[in-house]
Amino acid sequence: MTRTPDPSWIEARLTGARPQVVAALLRYFRDLDLAEEAFQEACLRALKNWPEKGPPRDAAAWLIMVGRNAALDYVRRQRRLTQLPPDDAAFEGAADQPDMAERLDAADYRDDILRLLFVCCHPDLPGTQQIALALRIVSGLPVSRIAAAFLIKEKAMEQRITRAKARIANADIPFDTPGPAERAERLATVTAMVYLVFNEGYTDANPASERASLCDEAIRLARLLLRMFPAEPELIGLLALMLIQHSRQNARFDKDGAPILLEDQDRKQWSRRMIAEALVMIDKAMLHHRPGPYQIQAAIAAIHARASRPEDTDWAEVEALYRALEHHVPSPVITLNRAVAVSKLHGAQAALDVIEPLAAPLDGYFYFHGVRGTFLRDLARNDEASDAFGRAIALANTPAEAGHIRQLLDGL
Amino acid sequence: MLYAILCYHDENVTSNWSAEHDAAVIARLKKVHGKWADQFKPIARLMPSSSATTLRKSDGMVLDGPYAETKEQLLGFYIVDIRDLDQGLQIARDLTEANPGGVYELRPIMGYYPDGAAAAHDTDP
Repeated sequence: MTRTPDPSWIEARLTGARPQVVAALLRYFRDLDLAEEAFQEACLRALKNWPEKGPPRDAAAWLIMVGRNAALDYVRRQRRLTQLPPDDAAFEGAADQPDMAERLDAADYRDDILRLLFVCCHPDLPGTQQIALALRIVSGLPVSRIAAAFLIKEKAMEQRITRAKARIANADIPFDTPGPAERAERLATVTAMVYLVFNEGYTDANPASERASLCDEAIRLARLLLRMFPAEPELIGLLALMLIQHSRQNARFDKDGAPILLEDQDRKQWSRRMIAEALVMIDKAMLHHRPGPYQIQAAIAAIHARASRPEDTDWAEVEALYRALEHHVPSPVITLNRAVAVSKLHGAQAALDVIEPLAAPLDGYFYFHGVRGTFLRDLARNDEASDAFGRAIALANTPAEAGHIRQLLDGL
Repeated sequence: MLYAILCYHDENVTSNWSAEHDAAVIARLKKVHGKWADQFKPIARLMPSSSATTLRKSDGMVLDGPYAETKEQLLGFYIVDIRDLDQGLQIARDLTEANPGGVYELRPIMGYYPDGAAAAHDTDP
């Protein structure tokens, strides 16, 4: 066997180990900055040591030990105390310390990583800062990449992350091992944040942009969580949902970056590989008989993914699933989505009856007027349809949205 | 004589491969596959272990995730063409009746190339 792994292999190891290592170091030091610095130091030493001595059997454990010692060394030097032994000596001795063996247990990693993600979700932080923090601390993305994803200058992102860190430094970070109820609560919060990361990337038309790469990061985070919590149906559902949405990445926008509606997409461009994995995950989630919003949304997405042509879509199933989703999270937007299924099943008048009560709550919502306009058009009530499309154009969020409605208006 | 070569690696590492890195590995593997084309029989690339389901044969418990214990040894595997996970579990339960003890892990295959090296490349866009 070769003793000199190529540098890209080391880099992949370091990236892969990062969440585990930073999370464990956070538990030791209870200080995010110190944990990150310790990890950086451990990486530098790995880059120096591993090519010479070969990679350690457990890279994460090595990095935790070396990072911890480096940081302790630093802290002690600050107090003018004695230095610790060199890295390898310290690591060789680790197995003899029952304390250390216990701390490197897989069960600990699980709560460590959950805590690390949970810290990023601090309720005092706005959603965008939670995302930036998670990408920086957990995924280890360089600030320049995060800044590019959010379309702001690197310096501004640097400041934003520093401010977010300062805010949570003073907050109470929960270091006790969580009980089952608390763990479930943390997991739900973290799951929602992962989906926020995904949605941040989902809006970008260019699949090669930094912003779009956030979708991959979100899927990576979900996989990381799933390796530790394999039996959480909502987490399984979220991975499935993201995989199906992401499978359409190459079909969702035209050359000019304008969004293409689901029914107009070239379904051959959908990634069958991602869809296949998502369908397996939905099967797995359903064995638990504990449905939830992510699982239901994934199931709806799966119906579209299974239909090789738009006319093959099982709209009755879509309608039933939106009904189930309304039951879990009552929302006029979900009712609006169900109305689209109703229009396919029972016609535009039935769909119009469904959305009439939504006029007040969704008055300022672009999609409401767009969808209402198409129902009215299908009923040949062209004047009213024209008014609805006009409202939609006024509320459009992007030129592409407005352009799409203008086409419908011209088609009347 | 027929041998199975079982591939192991750390998923924390492989799931962090970039698309380019993954493509480079596949390209290098294809060369090796080509070199040994007569020796390569079916090739299968498995989906991530999070997609696995494990059936414990002693009590019929269905568990999420791959089989992680090291007490048992891998004795063999079936490649089955099934409608969904439910059907897979049905088959595994039938097998359990015939041969109790141990576990069955059901793991979906991401890429399957029955003709071996000649066809071993990914066609996903």
